[in-house]
Amino acid sequence: MEYNHILIRFGELALKGKNRSFFEKQLLQNMKFTLKEFSGLTFKRTYGRIIIELNGLNHEPIMEKLSFIFGIHSFSLALKVENDVDEMKNAALGILKEQQANEGIKTFKITSKRAYKPFPIDSQALNQKIGGYVLSQSDDISVDVHNPDLDIRVEVREAATYLTFGQYPGAGGLPVGTGGKVLLMLSGGIDSPVAGYLTMKRGARLEAIHFHSPPYTNERAKEKVKELAKRLTKFGSSIRLHLVPFTDIQQHLHKEAPSNYQMTLMRRMMLRISERIAQERGILAIASGESLGQVASQTLHSMNTINEVTNLPIIRPLVTMDKLEVIDIAKKIDTYETSILPFEDCCTIFLPPDSKTRPKREHANKFEKYLEVDHYIDDAVNRTESIQISNVNKVEKEIEDLF
Amino acid sequence: MIYLDNSATTRPHKEVLDTYIKVSYDFFGNPSSLHTLGMEAEGLLTKARTAIASQLQVGAKEILFTSGGTEGNNLAIKGTASHKKSKGRHLITTEVEHASSYETYKELEQAGFEVTYLKVDSDGRISLEELEQSIRKETILVSIIHVNNETGTIQPIEKIGRLLSKYPQVRFHVDDVQGITKVPLNIKKAKIDLLTASAHKFHGVRGSGLLYVRDGVRLKPQIHGGVQEMQMRSGTEHVAGAVAMAKALRIEMEKAKEGRADLVKLHSKLIHTLPKIEGVTMNSPLNGVAHHIINFSVDSIKPEVLIQSLAQKKIYVSTKSACSSKLAEPSRVLLSMGKDNHAASSAIRVSLSYETTEQEIQFFIQELKKIIPTLLGVKK
Repeated sequence: MEYNHILIRFGELALKGKNRSFFEKQLLQNMKFTLKEFSGLTFKRTYGRIIIELNGLNHEPIMEKLSFIFGIHSFSLALKVENDVDEMKNAALGILKEQQANEGIKTFKITSKRAYKPFPIDSQALNQKIGGYVLSQSDDISVDVHNPDLDIRVEVREAATYLTFGQYPGAGGLPVGTGGKVLLMLSGGIDSPVAGYLTMKRGARLEAIHFHSPPYTNERAKEKVKELAKRLTKFGSSIRLHLVPFTDIQQHLHKEAPSNYQMTLMRRMMLRISERIAQERGILAIASGESLGQVASQTLHSMNTINEVTNLPIIRPLVTMDKLEVIDIAKKIDTYETSILPFEDCCTIFLPPDSKTRPKREHANKFEKYLEVDHYIDDAVNRTESIQISNVNKVEKEIEDLF
Repeated sequence: MIYLDNSATTRPHKEVLDTYIKVSYDFFGNPSSLHTLGMEAEGLLTKARTAIASQLQVGAKEILFTSGGTEGNNLAIKGTASHKKSKGRHLITTEVEHASSYETYKELEQAGFEVTYLKVDSDGRISLEELEQSIRKETILVSIIHVNNETGTIQPIEKIGRLLSKYPQVRFHVDDVQGITKVPLNIKKAKIDLLTASAHKFHGVRGSGLLYVRDGVRLKPQIHGGVQEMQMRSGTEHVAGAVAMAKALRIEMEKAKEGRADLVKLHSKLIHTLPKIEGVTMNSPLNGVAHHIINFSVDSIKPEVLIQSLAQKKIYVSTKSACSSKLAEPSRVLLSMGKDNHAASSAIRVSLSYETTEQEIQFFIQELKKIIPTLLGVKK
C-alpha cells in the first residue's frame, strides 16, 4: 500500500480566531523550511489541515522531521482517493490487508467524517457501506467499535477523500515565528538549549548569543555551540548565532574587580552585551537556562543583582525545574549528548572559588565604577561575529564531495 | 574479466577510493586530538556516522565503526555474552551462520555457555516454532544471518524480530554482511538490537565495517584502550575507511533502486538455464532467496577444477564461501540443508553485483556449457 499523503492536524491554532490564517501560514512556512531537502513534496492548506503530497517519496524520514515541528497537534499517513464510495472501499480494504499482514490486527472500525456536506452519503451510512465491504472481503477480522486494533478514518473533503489510520503525536505548541524574537543565551551546557526549545515551543523565533574566550576556550567549544544551535533549528526555523569575544572583558575583570564579585560582574556584562545585540536586531526579550538556586549565579540574590542592568524581559523557562527534569528534556530533544562534551566554556575559566551567592546591587555598582564598562562593551559588540545556522547541511563543497 | 565472486569481496568504486585517499592525506589528524586538524577529522567521522545512519534509517549514535564483518560479529556475540552472562548463559543461533559467528559460538561453548543451533529446512530456512521453543528463561541472545553467504537464502528477520520482542531479555543480532544494499531490511521495524555489515561487500574498502548497536544496548568491549566508539571499541578511528564506507553505501543504495530489478532478471536467467546443463543441480532454493547469490553443484566434477577452467577464461567464481573455501571439507551449510556429502563437496557459488551485466552472464553460461561436457568427458 503506497501512502501518497500526510495529513497534518493543528491543535491550539484552531482557537486563534482572526489570527488563525497567520498562524497556519507560519506553520506551513516552517514545514517547508524543515523539509527543504525533500524537493518533490507539495503542500496544501485546507480548512484546519495541511496536507503534504508525497509524490512517491518515502514517508518515514519526512514523518520523523514533522514530529519536531511546533504547532502540529498530530499527523497521519493518508491515502487520497476521489469522492467515490467504491474507491473508498478499496482503499480501506488495502489498508486493512496491509495492517493484518504486518501487525496481525484482528478487529477494526471505520470512522467517517463528512466535512463536505454536499456529499450525498452521510457518515453513518458511509461507515456501514465501507465497513461492510471490508468485512465481506477479508478473513479472520471482526468489527469492534469500542476498542478496535485498527481505526480507519475516512474524511470526505471538498476536493477529495482522505483515508488515514493511526495518529502520530506532533510536538504541540505554537508555530515558531508567531511570537516575536527572543535572544537565547547559549552557553554550551545542558540547560540553555532546553530553555531555547521551550521558548520556541510557544512560538518565539530564536537568535542565540554565545560568549567565548579564545585561546582559553577552544575551537571545539565553539563548534559545540554551533552544533547545539543547529539541533534547535529542527523545531522550525534557522537561528542566527552571535559569537561575542569575551577574553578582554574577563581579563579586565580579573585584574580590576574583587574576586568574589567577578562572577556577578561578568554576568552583568554579558547581559548588557545581550541587550545591545537585542536592540540592534529588534529582539524583545532574552531567554536563559537559569534555574533558581542551581549555582551561585542563579540564586535569587544573584538574579536580582544581575538583572538590574537590563529592562528587557528575561524568559527563564527552567526557573522552577530540577536538574533531572531538564536532563530528561535535553535527552528528548537530542542536545544532551552534545552538551556534555567536555569543553571548557568562558564561564568556568578565570572563575574564582569564592563567588558570592548573595551579591548586592549597590556593591556591584560600586565596583563597576572602577571598570571601563562602556569601552569594553562597545568593543565586544563591534567584534561580535554573527552566523546563520540552518538545519540544511551546508558544508563546504569539498567536504560534500567526499560523501 | 567477468567477476562473479562479489560475495567474497567487491572491487571498490573509483570514487570511493578517491575519497579514501583524500581523507587519508588531507584529514590525517587523529579525531581525538584537540587541535583544529583533530577537530576536522572528528567532524568527518561524525558526518560519516550521520550519513550511514540516515541511509539505514537509524540514529547516528547507533552506528559503531569496526574493522569489518568478522569483528562486528565477534563484538556483537562475545560483547553480549560477557555483558549479560549474569542474566543467563544460553544462546541461540543457526547451523547456517557464517564462520565468524559460528566459530565464535563454538568458542563460547568452550567458555561454559550453552548454545542451541537451530536446524534449517531443505531451503536453508529456520522454523519460527523451533526458535520459540528453544527460548528459555536464561536465553540472552539470538543470532541469525539475514542472507546466507553460500546459498542466498533469506531468513524471515522481521518475523523473528517480532517474535523476539515478546522476550525482552533476549537480544537479537543479525549478520547482514551479505544482505546490506541487496535485500531491503528495516532495522527498526525488525526490532533488531545488533546488526553487522562490512564495507568491502558493497564496493567500499576492506578493513572497515559497522555494527549497528541499538540505543540503550551495551556491549562488553573486546578491544581495550583509548575508549573510542562510545567506549565499546577502542583504537584510533579509521576516518578514511568510515568516510569511504559512507560514500560506498550511498552509491550502492542509489544503484539498488534500479539495480534490484536487473538482478532479478539475471538471477532468473541463471536459475532457468543452469539446471538444463548436464550434471548441474541447484543448491540455492528458488524462493525467498537473494538474487545476487546462486549456488549449484556439478555432478562428479571437483569444484577446484571447474573454477580453474573458468579462470582460464577470466571468469571468476568460488566454491562455497571464500573464507572457508581453502578447507577441503563439504559445506556445513549445504549439509544442514539435507544435501548429500557429494553435492555439499562440489558446490559452486556465483555472486553478482549491480555492476554485473547481461552479456557477462550470457558469456558465463556459454562457457560453462562448453567446459562441463569436456570435463565430464575426461572423467568418462
